[in-house]
Amino acid sequence: MHELSVTENILAIASKHAQESGATRVTAINLVIGQLSSIVDDSVQFYWDMISENTICSGSVLHFNRIPATFRCNDCKHEYQLDTLLSPCPSCGSLRNEIIAGEEFFLDSIEIEK
Amino acid sequence: MSAIRVPVVEKIFSANDRMADINRIRLHNKKMFSINLMASPGAGKTSFILETIKHLSAVYRIGVIEGDTAPVTIDADKIIESGMPAVQINTGGDCHLDASMVSDGLDQLPLDTIDILIIENVGNLICPAAWDLGTDLKLLVASVPEGDDKPYKYPNIYRGLNVLVINKTDLLDYVDFNMDYFRQGVEMLNPGLVTFPVSCRTGDGFTAWIDWLKDKVEAVKSA
Repeated sequence: MHELSVTENILAIASKHAQESGATRVTAINLVIGQLSSIVDDSVQFYWDMISENTICSGSVLHFNRIPATFRCNDCKHEYQLDTLLSPCPSCGSLRNEIIAGEEFFLDSIEIEK
Repeated sequence: MSAIRVPVVEKIFSANDRMADINRIRLHNKKMFSINLMASPGAGKTSFILETIKHLSAVYRIGVIEGDTAPVTIDADKIIESGMPAVQINTGGDCHLDASMVSDGLDQLPLDTIDILIIENVGNLICPAAWDLGTDLKLLVASVPEGDDKPYKYPNIYRGLNVLVINKTDLLDYVDFNMDYFRQGVEMLNPGLVTFPVSCRTGDGFTAWIDWLKDKVEAVKSA
């Protein structure tokens, strides 16, 4: 996808919050990413090491909390987890479902030293 | 020294979303109806815009922002030739338009004279889906020769749409495109999605699309 833009956004958000908290250094970034977001963790980490150099986030580690995709069947109300969209309900075979988790895409917290 | 955890809970695209909200307000203040037009390369995005202009040029002014990854003005030139204002945004190789690029594009268009804004996104079925531009509508131009498996292979873009156009229906007799299979995938991802099968080459199907669009434009004008 567009991992460089994503990584730049993460750096901007993390740096802003680090400065507001009076941090001298950021040690870790905790991200929550739903399984349905087409983001490649390794690629974000690769860009992170490059673009965070010489910033308050230099040397920090990215933690990815991947949320599994969870669906609810609109017909039998069964809730189930799958890695792909477009799969019928394993309980009744219905094709009508909605996503109830797996689309998360946010920076949850940072770990800092003062 | 032990690390202190600082809660943030901020969407990674929050900067883009804020800019998209600014665009949205700006467009609504001008009573303009706006469309983020997405498609794979070669699906007929520019042809679809030109055909739409042809049907509506007597009634509305249509402004176009052309997103391209390279500094070529082929698409923008065609729009200007049709008599409508167009501006080209070169993304410098980026795979999508974002809200801030659109804001730059708006600065260069005569907004007071425009009734409909069409933003032709970069030809790509993955990245444009993730970036809100602040438009009223997200529209995808799919096309018959691309194959009937595209909703299954690129589900994210189909899920966020308000309108789907299926272009090049004049080629249905010549390619193996199973419309039922295609539409079943779309229905699972985006139940009840408004869909217009058209052919930009023959003009087939445009009446339904144009009538639908006129209603939307008028609703924004009288809001």
